[in-house]
Amino acid sequence: MSVLTRLRGLLLIVRRSLREHLLSTLVTALSAALGVGLVTAVFCLAEQSRAAFTGGALGFDAVLGARGSRVQLVLNSVFHLETSPGNLPWSAYTDIAARRGVAAAIPLVTGDNVRGFRVVGTSPEFFAVAERAPGEPPALLAGRVFEPERREAVLGASAARGTGLRVGARFHVTHDVSEHGHEHAEEFVVVGVLADTGTPADRVVWLPLEAVFRLDSHVLRGGGTEYRPQDGVPIPDSAKELSAVLLRLRDPVVGLGLDNEINRVGDRATLAWPVDRTVAELFESLGWVSGVLRVVAYLVMLLAAASILASLHNTLRERRREFAVLRALGARRRDVFAVVVLESTAIAFLGALLGLAVHVGVLALAASVVRGATGVFVDVFAWHPVLVLAPLGMTALGACAGLLPAAEAYATDVAANLQRAT
Amino acid sequence: MPLLRVRDLRKSFRRPEGDEQLVLDVPAFDVEEHEHVALRGASGSGKTTLLHVIAGLLRPDAGSVVVADTDLTRLGEAQRDAFRARHIGYVFQSFHLLPGHGALENVLLGMLFGPGPDPAFARELLVELGLGDRLGHRPAQLSVGQQQRVALARALANRPRLVLADEPTGSLDARSAGVALRLLRESCTRHGAALLVVSHDANVLGAFPRVLDLADVNRAAVVGA
Repeated sequence: MSVLTRLRGLLLIVRRSLREHLLSTLVTALSAALGVGLVTAVFCLAEQSRAAFTGGALGFDAVLGARGSRVQLVLNSVFHLETSPGNLPWSAYTDIAARRGVAAAIPLVTGDNVRGFRVVGTSPEFFAVAERAPGEPPALLAGRVFEPERREAVLGASAARGTGLRVGARFHVTHDVSEHGHEHAEEFVVVGVLADTGTPADRVVWLPLEAVFRLDSHVLRGGGTEYRPQDGVPIPDSAKELSAVLLRLRDPVVGLGLDNEINRVGDRATLAWPVDRTVAELFESLGWVSGVLRVVAYLVMLLAAASILASLHNTLRERRREFAVLRALGARRRDVFAVVVLESTAIAFLGALLGLAVHVGVLALAASVVRGATGVFVDVFAWHPVLVLAPLGMTALGACAGLLPAAEAYATDVAANLQRAT
Repeated sequence: MPLLRVRDLRKSFRRPEGDEQLVLDVPAFDVEEHEHVALRGASGSGKTTLLHVIAGLLRPDAGSVVVADTDLTRLGEAQRDAFRARHIGYVFQSFHLLPGHGALENVLLGMLFGPGPDPAFARELLVELGLGDRLGHRPAQLSVGQQQRVALARALANRPRLVLADEPTGSLDARSAGVALRLLRESCTRHGAALLVVSHDANVLGAFPRVLDLADVNRAAVVGA
């Protein structure tokens, strides 16, 4: 008789046993599924978050902002989180924009919101310079880019969905980043909606810089004294102030020079360069969180393996007669050993497959939370080697968990168990 | 040469008290090819232990058990397992069918460790024993008599030369026992197997041409047990 035929016979015994102990099979398989699903979800989420945040600078190499934390500057100006570390005078923008090594400089003003979605004042050049992917500017889903002198708005895809505003809709801006601030009197009209970029920019309501300067109650202090914009009166550059300036550099060497000049020699501004390294530093400082999550997920997998062991061990007492009968029919010790190991492996494998469903569920939930909070798009079905390694690891753990009960089955005293049952 | 030849067989067990108890002391015992033999024995007479030793499930302390020219006492455990699967069928008092498997699967499992599954022959055996319409039924879905017939089919599945039966009708009522015994003997005859039955049931013993008292065969049997 071929090994394959014998294996098929043993697998039949395993299948029937799993069916006989359906409840414990399902419970242990589900615990394995939870372990696998958590491990894969934690790895995929960490990987995708890192990729999204380190690559989410929309093609800008550096951010210039007020003297302060580089991480806070990047979080505020690129990821639209946190508050601005302070303001820069307009001259800082014109100075840096005039540098030969600077390919593009885009001014930003942050600080207000529309129904919880952050407002960013910028120039129309932003939509030509920014890149949702290398060489690919953000696409307009509908409408056009705003005119710099008008009260017009372009909405990121998530902001449009979240606020329910479409091209032609009118709205008011709320002061501050909290929804509970007072509503500015000026009415804006939506003239464009951007396609999804999968970056935090999707959650932004983009307004012309000039229109943000002119919102009622906004006071400009760029010149050191308070200036309140008047209708019909041009705002002097000396009064203007910015939250940040996004920079695209012609060469990394330029960044090195600016970093030295602004951060080390100067003391009035901060340059976050390169943006992805600044975010990477943030991720490194938060690395322990992801580490703890991974350890917890590994522990769940280990617990699942332990529950397989306990479950098989508990059913072994009633199954000693079954093993004794198999031995009486001619099964060798190694056959009953194999039956138990195959059974534990099968439970773990079943759990591993279910784990992929848990993975999709956990990631879908996490994706929704992350998208809602940061605008970062998490692809639930994105490939990661852990999607193969974790199920394989769980299956191997399951096989190992079966070794002890298998050894017990191996040692079954045939004659004693047949007599006891008679 | 008889099909089964037992010589100077001794088997002891260690009792909880620590001392050894001699359970089997069989100077000589033979069963010829195709012969049907009944051993009369009550509880404690060592009948099940004798069958276990003949089946190779237990290794004796001394003596020889030769089945079909093979001395089982000279074989290793795995070899005895393989030999048993191919040459010895066993019918247990409580049948010991595997509860999760249907009737046909139980018979096929009997073949798995022998020459290999032969579904056609397994089906033929069950049809022959009147279970043609119960092939997929699990033990719990069968009557006790039907379970006994599945156990018989399983014992014959590998076309064994020797069938051992331990109180084969012990779980059946008198009427079913008579039918089961007839089927057991007819099936063994049809398939050319010798039959060794141990029982204390007079009705069973009365159906056999050769009946031996276990107390005569086994000098260690507890008299009056």
